[in-house]
Amino acid sequence: MRIVVDLALCQDHGQCVFSAPQVFSLDENGKLSFRDGATDTYISADLDESLRDDVEEAADACPLQAIEVEG
Amino acid sequence: MTPTQPAPAATGRCVVVGASMGGLRAAEAVRKAGFTGEIVVVGEEPHMPYNRPPLSKEALGGGLDPAALRFRIPRAAGDVTWRLGERVAATDLAARTVTLENGDVLAWTGLVVACGLRPRRLAVPGPPGGRHVIRTIEDVQRLRDALSPGARLAVVGAGFIGCEVAATARELGVEVDVIAPTAVPVERPLRRMLGAALQRRHEARGVRFHLGVAPVEFRGGDHVTSLLLGDGTELPADVVVEAVGCVPNVEWLDGNGLDLTDGVLCDDRLRVEGRADVVACGDIARFPNPLFGGVPRRVEHWSMVTETARRAGHTLGRALTGAEPDPAPFAPIPSFWSDQYGMRIQSFGVPDLGAEDVRVLDGDLDDEVAVGYHRDGRLMGVVLIGLRSHYMRYRALIAENAEHDRGGAPVPQDRVAERTVGGSRA
Repeated sequence: MRIVVDLALCQDHGQCVFSAPQVFSLDENGKLSFRDGATDTYISADLDESLRDDVEEAADACPLQAIEVEG
Repeated sequence: MTPTQPAPAATGRCVVVGASMGGLRAAEAVRKAGFTGEIVVVGEEPHMPYNRPPLSKEALGGGLDPAALRFRIPRAAGDVTWRLGERVAATDLAARTVTLENGDVLAWTGLVVACGLRPRRLAVPGPPGGRHVIRTIEDVQRLRDALSPGARLAVVGAGFIGCEVAATARELGVEVDVIAPTAVPVERPLRRMLGAALQRRHEARGVRFHLGVAPVEFRGGDHVTSLLLGDGTELPADVVVEAVGCVPNVEWLDGNGLDLTDGVLCDDRLRVEGRADVVACGDIARFPNPLFGGVPRRVEHWSMVTETARRAGHTLGRALTGAEPDPAPFAPIPSFWSDQYGMRIQSFGVPDLGAEDVRVLDGDLDDEVAVGYHRDGRLMGVVLIGLRSHYMRYRALIAENAEHDRGGAPVPQDRVAERTVGGSRA
């Protein structure tokens, strides 16, 4: 399982961080930390299956629906 | 539309009334909880579920194709039967049926009430032409077509939707008047201090406010050309947006002895008045939150739709498979946001519960600011304009205070008000 985040769509609401703090975080400016070295898309490494509920909740909670859970 | 396979009698059928985000998430949760029967979602709009918050912002501003608003359909909801463009006329909870407006009767073993709200309309005499509401993709397309540069827009209502429409319209080069009976915009839940700060931001961008007054007549031939206000002012306007709140879609539930005074009354598992076979979610569900006193309350926040739908669907799915509901209390932290002129307004908790004691916690009311809403010295809600790097801290403080409300350890006051500005209060 991995996540794909559309950084062009993302507006840094931070809802994902509340749902899956092990996966998502905001930097000191309140921006999604994946934006460092930003491309338009962030693709995670393979995530442990134990995180599935949390990342699915994060994907649902994203106001812009910018998170996709693959696999 | 018929299901591809007849539902096995042993597992029954779950009918979800409402095909927006809540209906989708509830259907998914019912399936994930182990229900293997048929799931039918009935929705009035002709569209698959789509995301509404961008309607008053990016979609109205023209920067977003409405087709992009559709939700991905998760695997768990992949075999749901969608009956779109159809209205449910009635339900008989004793007989376990819903009757559609076209006469079709659907028997169910489980029912999800996820049919949300519709915009309240103004009972003001005058021509119907030029009067808009904002709830659906079609509403936004119509309004967008009407908002050509140089148009004169009157927004009736100064809540979040009214303010967002005003902001978007200004950015489109439209003249904007906002009319509301309150003393400041967004008086509930922000109260006067922050409402006035928001008003100054709108006025700096050319929005004119007419507060403490309501329209009494729309004037014009077939189409509105002006509004007459209660104080005798006549405001020229060729487009009117009625943003005066919403009404729960409960009429189809009449005749079943339910308390429908403000949405649908639920218990702390989202069961409708304790029934194991009927749950509700989203804007229409009135449920107790033990974090905030346990009085049943409807919450019209986007994030609460998914939280209630997941829990309601789980509760129902468990009941339909003969399992006990999840014993964990349902105690979500309310959270909402509003985007106006590129500013993010973000709230955590229930500001309304702390309306008597409002303090600036951080920053400056005319710049980035955090405002706290207290009851008995406890932080019940916080609203931030900007200050994005503070979200995690304030949300955690709300959660800690709410825990305290339930008998947990108190939160030291120096953590709540790290920097109280001049002790200012609303």
